[in-house]
Parts: sequence; structure tokens; C-alpha cells
Amino acid sequence: MIHSLFLINSSGDIFLEKHWKSVVSRSVCDYFFEAQERATEAENVPPVIPTPHHYLLSVYRHKIFFVAVIQTEVPPLFVIEFLHRVVDTFQDYFGVCSEPVIKDNVVVVYEVLEEMLDNGFPLATESNILKELIKPPTILRTVVNTITGSTNVGDQLPTGQLSVVPWRRTGVKYTNNEAYFDVVEEIDAIIDKSGSTITAEIQGVIDACVKLTGMPDLTLSFMNPRLLDDVSFHPCVRFKRWESERILSFIPPDGNFRLLSYHVSAQNLVAIPVYVKHNISFRDSTSLGRFEITVGPKQTMGKTIEGVIVTSQMPKGVLNMSLSPSQGTHTFDPVTKMLSWDVGKINPQKLPSLKGTVSLQAGASRPDENPTINLQFKIQQLAISGLFTPHKPGLFWTLQGSWN
Amino acid sequence: MSSNSFAYNEQSGGGEATELGQEATSTISPSGAFGLFSSDLKKNEDLKQMLESNKDSAKLDAMKRIVGMIAKGKNASELFPAVVKNVASKNIEIKKLVYVYLVRYAEEQQDLALLSISTFQRALKDPNQLIRASALRVLSSIRVPIIVPIMMLAIKEAAADLSPYVRKNAAHAIQKLYSLDPEQKEMLIEVIEKLLKDKSILVAGSVVMAFEEVCPDRIDLIHKNYRKLCNLLVDVEEWGQVVIIHMLTRYARTQFVSPWREDDGLEDNEKSFYDSDDEQKEKTDKRKKPYTMDPDHRLLIRNTKPLLQSRNAAVVMAVAQLYWHISPKSEAGIISKSLVRLLRSNREVQYIVLQNIATMSIQRKGMFEPYLKSFYVRSTDPTMIKTLKLEILTNLANEANISTLLREFQTYVKSQDKQFAAATIQTIGRCATNISEVTDTCLSGLVCLLSNRDEIVVAESVVVIKKLLQMQPAQHGEIIKHMAKLLDSITVPVARASILWLIGENCERVPKIAPDVLRKMAKSFTSEDDLVKLQILNLGAKLYLTNSKQTKLLTQYILNLGKYDQNYDIRDRTRFIRQLIVPNEKSGALSKYAKKIFLAQKPAPLLESPFKDRDHFQLGTLSHTLNAKAAGYLELSNWPEVAPDPSVRNVEVIDLAKEWTPAGKAKNENPTKKFYSESEEEEDSSDSSSDSGSESGSESGEEDEEGDSSEDSSEDSSSEPESESGHQSDTENRRAAKRNSKTKGKGDSKDGKKENEKSKTSDSSNAESSSVEESSSDSESESESESESESRKVTKEKEKKAKQDRNRLATDASLLDLDDFNPVSTPVALPTPALSPSLIADLEGLNLSTSSSVISENIGMISSKGNKSSPSKECAKKGQPRSAAEGRPHS
Repeated sequence: MIHSLFLINSSGDIFLEKHWKSVVSRSVCDYFFEAQERATEAENVPPVIPTPHHYLLSVYRHKIFFVAVIQTEVPPLFVIEFLHRVVDTFQDYFGVCSEPVIKDNVVVVYEVLEEMLDNGFPLATESNILKELIKPPTILRTVVNTITGSTNVGDQLPTGQLSVVPWRRTGVKYTNNEAYFDVVEEIDAIIDKSGSTITAEIQGVIDACVKLTGMPDLTLSFMNPRLLDDVSFHPCVRFKRWESERILSFIPPDGNFRLLSYHVSAQNLVAIPVYVKHNISFRDSTSLGRFEITVGPKQTMGKTIEGVIVTSQMPKGVLNMSLSPSQGTHTFDPVTKMLSWDVGKINPQKLPSLKGTVSLQAGASRPDENPTINLQFKIQQLAISGLFTPHKPGLFWTLQGSWN
Repeated sequence: MSSNSFAYNEQSGGGEATELGQEATSTISPSGAFGLFSSDLKKNEDLKQMLESNKDSAKLDAMKRIVGMIAKGKNASELFPAVVKNVASKNIEIKKLVYVYLVRYAEEQQDLALLSISTFQRALKDPNQLIRASALRVLSSIRVPIIVPIMMLAIKEAAADLSPYVRKNAAHAIQKLYSLDPEQKEMLIEVIEKLLKDKSILVAGSVVMAFEEVCPDRIDLIHKNYRKLCNLLVDVEEWGQVVIIHMLTRYARTQFVSPWREDDGLEDNEKSFYDSDDEQKEKTDKRKKPYTMDPDHRLLIRNTKPLLQSRNAAVVMAVAQLYWHISPKSEAGIISKSLVRLLRSNREVQYIVLQNIATMSIQRKGMFEPYLKSFYVRSTDPTMIKTLKLEILTNLANEANISTLLREFQTYVKSQDKQFAAATIQTIGRCATNISEVTDTCLSGLVCLLSNRDEIVVAESVVVIKKLLQMQPAQHGEIIKHMAKLLDSITVPVARASILWLIGENCERVPKIAPDVLRKMAKSFTSEDDLVKLQILNLGAKLYLTNSKQTKLLTQYILNLGKYDQNYDIRDRTRFIRQLIVPNEKSGALSKYAKKIFLAQKPAPLLESPFKDRDHFQLGTLSHTLNAKAAGYLELSNWPEVAPDPSVRNVEVIDLAKEWTPAGKAKNENPTKKFYSESEEEEDSSDSSSDSGSESGSESGEEDEEGDSSEDSSEDSSSEPESESGHQSDTENRRAAKRNSKTKGKGDSKDGKKENEKSKTSDSSNAESSSVEESSSDSESESESESESESRKVTKEKEKKAKQDRNRLATDASLLDLDDFNPVSTPVALPTPALSPSLIADLEGLNLSTSSSVISENIGMISSKGNKSSPSKECAKKGQPRSAAEGRPHS
């Protein structure tokens, strides 16, 4: 299965390598660099690259390429999913997953990778188990270790490995038993220039942070499970119970985990809570154009819309923009032609707007297409799917609109 | 968990190391003199000294630095002798790091690596299963051919180990040994055969992996384990599931007859749904032998279905390909929803999933049509995702949706991502050819694009228009004239070549323009691209044949230019054309037919999906992604005409197998009754959450005891139900339930599809739940209670046998739990009720309840008292503000 792993940073340096079988020379990455050059943008590097003797499967996260080297047939998603799991684990261990952090903790990283794969086949990927085998570094523990000489490495097989609930540590104890559930719903919509919705769908996740003593068995029931069009579960959720009763019954892992993600296909009937008015015009004779965007709320049920960010990719011919926002801050990157406007909260009485002029490159012809506008926003305590009552903090939507 | 006990053993550990390393020390110590030559060398020197010190902390530091070097890819092999001495270190972290080092460098330093072998051999006998396992891991990873016999022995022993974790590692070691020395194949197959019989969910995935790698053709080894694997599947860890599902897909294709009826043909069999009953009947009559699915075949399809809900994209994909390859076509529809869900995932996952959907959508359009809008391109998608989505949209296009799609495409053409815009134009061309209704609309749309300002768009349009015109060469003189004008402005070679070809082909329709174009091209011939030059030659030849009066000289001029061109292709073509069209005495019979040769009716090109030919690869494989056979790809065989003997899968001790099968999640399923009663209880007492603090205090005390006693008690409770564990009553309940299983099961499946097979196999969940306690305790006892468990198993088996007689009928088929299954027959997604925003407020919230003491013997823990007072409990009460349930700390 997975032969070797190379971590490559954005400047093309291999800063970590790990082999689970015979050593594969790092020159194999040359093929990857070639592909990277061809792709121009990082996100366009193909995830699967064949080379004469190996196959390179890569994922790109946190500005790092995780490149796995494969020699024989294997389901590509298997490897990709695993690599993502590696990244998640690192994030879980170190808080962030970045090049300096990985370099600083290279020993722990190595130990973790060693436990995650044996002969290229996943051995332990549950973070609860890994954390028992190799404890995440903390300042306190480092101090204790230097004094007592104890180590970060467990010497007993985590009991979870053998049980039927491999995701849960045993012997969990808390003085304060608490469980948090965050429901995050994202609405993803494409809206055409006339303002009508082309597609809209709601994706939701329930992220949980469970700190309960012992082996708790939880059930979670929905008032209106019919709404859930499609769900995927953490392995701890009992499929059969869900199938028969539509109840989530599970023994949770300890700590943070994603309990389920769901999909509500609302077709065209989702009420998008914001609108954008935009107006761009160019005068044929000059190289100047007018630009105006207004954002306003609609159907928010009394909630304020926060964290509004408008981004737009301007046409190549645009040289610069001189704009003045009525609120928030805006930036325009003349290299990438990316305009971004951090609006903040929307005040329904005084709608935020961004006005100004666009200057085109001399001689450049008038752009024939209007730029697409992406809009992100959050609304606390409102669930668009209607699956939950709107009283929850930590709930937000992301709307991605493109007005063409 | 703490290794404190080892931490203070420095003295002895260090002593040992020094002893071992004495020789090395004496030779190395004076080497400080070399420090002058390279600082790197010097650095390694102090590492060596640190490794030889008596202090574990120094050693640990040194090892950490060495591992850092390995990680960076620096060569640390010269430290081998110094490192290998520490392999026996008592400090577990040092030991682990030494293992890391050994695995990395042992292959290069085989002789020195042998020094460490005896340590591993000793560790293989260690009472701690983690140590046994890691010793086996390292021993099998160091790739030193001399120790093959030792490895073989170790694997054999480990395969019989009482700890499933060690057995899992043995399964991994099999693959390692096989790659080191393929000669051992036969012996290894024996071990695999043995491990395949293993009932532990921990082992299943790994041993199937070994099977796939060592002897994928020995399908006969699977027969007896087939049902067991199917039943275990839900509980195996995710990675194992993927491997097992892929293997079982292959297995099913060799063992069962095709469930695809002939009239399904290539298209989805939607048709048969709408057929009237009479027709249906006729058809069945014609077929004579109605198809009945092997129950084992059904078992596999049914048991994999819940895995579509897995969070792991690889598992979902594996199930999807299983349904695609082995389920009846009418049932495969359920996978589309899950696959579409994966499109919300990372770009890499999207990429692979879209590729697979592309292949599927060619063959069975119906599956993904309801999800058309999910494939609409977003401006933020990377280009490779965009083009894949386009591909799928094209495949899904039909008369009904083409107008919406074309509108969507119009937006794409304006995209700033020019590569994508070009791909869109190609797509429009394909739609135009596939759907004759819109050909004209597309064509005029493309002609409009010819006046686009962007050259790439124009060039692509030209190429596509060329293809379209070729298909219906009739009255398109206008378009051709328009394109001839473009020649002056456009510079992209492919587009120029396309225009020239088009004019040449239609030279009789545009008699005035064609010679003029040739004149212009003759002028610029030398500066054209090779591709264009070839087409100029072609144009010349065609005009020469049709209109030699006007173009004879021009053509000859061009031929002369071509004769001395740098490119040999062009020189060749020139020579060929000259011989063919210019009559001279040497020219043979061919030149008589020159006109026919050049102006023959040419078949229109077929605009095909690039995914057309991928379907012979198994979906979800690397080979499919690459569209080329990857090393080690295993062909999916065709369905056999006649099914091989199904009785090979019968397991004699069927009851036993069932009882010992850890049915994992099903296992956790408590009788529903219990759940309900508990939650009620809780609601009653929900106000009591305020005591949680105090209770949890007392709990923690209990916890400790539990931790110790849990294993013992669980063993007891399961193997001898009479023992006084707290859950006894429950256990008995369940046994009773099992006895009643037959009747109950029937009730369950009342809603009634597939009644026929079920009457005897009716109950599964019951059977499974009954096996629950047994199996869970099994895994526990295997792990810890080394000595007794074997003997106990035997007695248990006897018990079971006796019981078996009683309900022979039920158990016979009880492995095929069919009750909860209902074949989903419509691939069409039902529209979910959409809600008006005003409704939202009315809709209810989520109800969270902690059934505190449920835990259950199932997991072999008595921790039930452990968390009586979970904080969220009070939120379980309906009508209370739900805000409490989420997000805010409680208690």
C-alpha cells in the first residue's frame, strides 16, 4: 500500500520523509515538481500522478503537499482519505498543522506516523488511540518528563484497540461532565445575475465535544428527521438504530469529533437571507469604469448578519480600483486582481455599499464579462434547514454566491 | 500507562548498553581528531558519545536528533553500530526510536542488524501484547533476507497468539515476508488460511489485505469465510472495510450469476418500472428461467448498504463500486446520493469521485439525472474539477434538460478561466451532436462566439464548428465564408488548420473564396505552423483537382515551397501530393482517382467522452483513475454462466461461527425496550442534574474498580450467564428474544418486500444481538485471559451445539439477516419537503438525551453507573429551551 510519504512545502522543499517499506529515493518527487510547474496553481496539481515505477498521490492542505508514494494498485481514495486523516491528526496533536510546527515536533510526528501505518496499511488512525500510544506534547508534560524521565510513549496497548469501540479511550474521568454540540449549517447557492437562485443546498455538520466520564451511551433524536436527505456518521453511530428508528445512538469518542454531517436538499426554495446589488459599467471612450456594490439583508427573521465578506475576481484588464466603502475595509490585489471587502455586520437601516472607479490598463479592451462575486456571512442562532430550533450559538452559514 | 517504572532503570539499562558497546567505544573514542575535516562528522561523533552514555536522557536526546536527521533525509547510517546497541533499552521511547532507526537502515547494514535479532526474539515472548506486536513489526520490517526462517517462525507463532492485536500484526508481517522472499508463498498461504478463520474484527481487514497481496487467486480460501466476512463488515475498521469490500466484489463476480437481466441492456432499466404488468409477465415467460438471487449474493449487497453512510470517502466509494458491479441495476441507484455527498469533500476526493461518476453516467444516465444541479460548476472550483463536472453534465444532457444546460454553459464560456471556457465549447459541440434538436441552436451560438474577443475561445469554436459542419455539410456556406474571413485575424494554428480544411472540403460551395484563400496562404506559407502548412497543401491539392484553371500555378508554387521545407512530414506530403495530382508519364493508375481520393465523403468524427473506455476497469481503482493498468491490478471477471456450487460457503459449524462472530455495532444494540425505559427514567429524574457534581465524585471511585474488574466480569457474564453480573437479566432477555426470533422476525419484515427468501431467515438483528455478548467477551477474553479461554471455548462450543439442535431451522439461515432490508428500487431521489422560512421557527429542535447507565455488558464494561449525571441530560426534556443542549457548558 503506502510506500513512503513526503511532505513538501510551497517553495518546493521536501522537509520530511518517511518510509514504511524499502526506501524510495526522494528523486521520485521530481515528477511531482514537474506536474506542479505545469499546473501553475497549487490546487490544480493533479492528485494522482503516474511515474514509471511509482504512483504519486497527493493532498494539499495548509500550504503543504502530502505526497504518498504507491507502487501497486490501491483504491486512490483510500490513500487520499488516509492522508487527510494524517493532517487531521497533526492538527489534533499540535493545534495547527504547519511546516514549522511539524519541524519542531518531528519526533512526535515520526512516532505518530509509525503507529498509523504498518507496512503501508493503516494500523491505528483513531486519535483517541493514538493519543494513548503517543501523548501529544504539552509544555507541562515536557517539564515533567525532563524531571522524572518519563516519556511520551505509552507502554500498554490502548484498550480501545481491542474493544468494539476502538474510538474511545477507557478510564476517562472528568469532574465536570459536559457535552457540547455545535450545529453548523452552510448554504451553498449559485445565483444568476437577475437574482434568481440556480442551485441551493444546505450542508450541515454536528461537531461535538464530549467530556463524559466512563463509557457514556448517548442518544440524540431529531424532531424532524425526515428533513435529512443524506447523512454520514462517525463510526460510533449505530447504523441499524438509525435505519429503524431515526435515532442517533452512540458511544462517543472522548474529546472533539464530528458526529455527523448531513445534507438537506431544499432545491430552489431556500430563502437566501442576503442580497447583493451590483453595478459595473465602463465608458467606451475612456479606460475608467464605475463600480458599485450594495449588500442588504432579506428574510433573516430578525437576526443580524455578521462576518460578511465579499470577494470578487476582477477581469485581467483591470489595472486598479479606487473605492470607498461605507463601512468595513477593502483591499485590491493588483497582481491577482482579487477584490475583497470585509463588511462586518449589516445594519438594515444603513446598507453597506462600496463605490468607486475602476481603471483599466491602457489599451485593454473592455472586459466582456461581469466578475463573479462570492459572499460569505454568518448568522448566529439560526438554522436554515429547520432541523433544529434557532437558539444555538456557534451556528453559521456560508453562502457562496456567484452573480454572473 | 505511565512508564515511570522504567524511567528509573537507567543504571541497569545503561550498564547493559555500555557492555554491548565496549568494542565500538574503544575504536571510536580517539576519532575526535577527524573533527577538522567536517563538522558534520564531528556532530555525529557527539551523537555517538551521547548514545554511549549511561544516561537515558542523553540517549533519548541523541535518538531524537537522529530521527530528525532521518526525517530530513540526511544519511545517518554510520551511527548504526552505536544505535543498535540500544535496542534492548528499557526506556520505551528510546526503544521505539531505535526501532524507527533500525527499520530505516537495517537493509543497508545487514550484518550489524543481526545483532538486534535476539532482542526481538525475546520480546516476542513478552507478556505485554504491545511489546510482542511491536517486536514482530520491527522484526518483519527490517528486510534482512537471512532471517527469513526466523520471521516465518515468528509469524506462525504470532498467528496463533491470543491477542488479536498481535494476530493483526502477524497478518501485516505476512505481506512483508512475501515481498522479501516470494519463495515462502505456500507456507504463508497456510497462515493466511488460518487467519482468515479468525473471528476478530481487528484481524479481518489485515488478513484480507495479505490475501489480496499474496494469493488473490486462491478464491477457494474465501468460501468458508464468506458469510462471516459479510457479517463482520460493518464493524471492521474503516480501512479494512475498503479492502474487504473490494475483495468481495471480485469474489461475487466469480461465484454468482449475473443479476442483470438482458433487457436491462446498457441503459438503466427504468423502462421496466413503467411497463405494465402484462408486459412484464410476457418477458418473464420469454426468459423461461426467472432469476433468483443467491441468498449469499443478497447478503453481501445488504450488509454493505449501511456503509454508504460512512464518513470515510474510501468506504463509500468501495460500496458504490460494489453496487455498481454486482447489484441488480435497479438497486444501484441508492449509491448516487452518497457519491454526490462526497462532492462536498476536499478537492482530491472530489476529483476521484467525479471521475467515477463520469464513467457511471455514460452507461446509466438515469442514476445521476436527479442530481444534475450538483454538478454545476462553481467559480471557485479548480480547473480540473470544473472540466470533470462539464464532462458529467455532457453525459447527462438529454432533450429535456439541454436548454437549461446550454444556458448554464453560456455563463461558463464567459469564465475567466480560459482553459475551462475552451472545454465548455467542446462540450457544447458534443451536446450538439448527441442531441439533434439543439444542433442548430448550438451552431448559431458557436458562430456568435466567433466574434468573441478572446482568441482561445474563437479558436476552440472554430475547431468545434468544423466538426459540426462535417456532420451536416449541407447549406452552411455562410458560416464558411465567415470563417474564411477569420483567417486574417486568428493566429492559433489548430483553428487556422481547421478553417483551411473546411474550405478545402467545401471548395465547390465557395468557389470564389477558396482560390483567394489559397493565394493568401501561399504568401504566408513559410511562416505558418507545420499543422497549417499541411492543410495548405491539402487545400491546394483539392483546388487543383476542382478548379485547376485558377489555382494550378498557386498550387505548384506551394508544392515547391513544401518540397524544401525543414519538416520531413511536409516534404513527404508534398512529394505524395505532387505524384498524385500532377499528371506525368510515370504516374500510375492512382492519379486517375485522385479526385475521389481527396474529395471522398469523410465520415464525421464521433465526439466521444474521454471516459468511454474506462468502464473495463473496476471503479474506484487506481487503474480506473489513470485509465491504464496499474501494477497489481486484479481483473474483475465476467459473471459465470452457471453459478458454481453455492454449498461451498456452507459452514458446518454454522451456529458456532455465528455465536463467535463479534458483530460489533449490532452488538452494541441493546434491546430497544431497554433504551426506552431508560430514557423515560431519565426524563423523570431530569431535574436532578444538579447533583451531578457530587455523583461524579463518587463515580470516579467506582471507576477504578471497574477498570480492573471489567474484563474478568465480562468474561464471566458471557461465558456463564449464571454468574452474578449486573446485567444478567438482560442477557436472559436476549436469549429469550433469540428463541422467539422466528416469530418476531416475521413481524418485522411485514412491510414486506422479498418475503419469499425470508420466511426462515427472518431474524437477523436478534440473532446478532444475541451473539453480542458472546463475541464481545470473546475479544476481551482473547486478549487478556490467556490461559483459560481456550478450554472454555471448547465447552462453550458444546453448549452451543446442543442449543443448535433446538433451533436448527432458524439458525441455518440466520447468518443471512434479511429482516431490515428493503431493496431500494428507485434511483430517483424523492424531493424532500422544502420548508418555508416561516415554518422554521415552528419546527422542533433537537432532543438530546443521555441514557446514562446503558453501557452494557456488550462492551464488557460495567461502567453503567459511570455517568448517571451527564450534563446534557436535562436538555433531554422536551419543551425546555434547547439552547441548553448545545454549545453551553452545563452543570
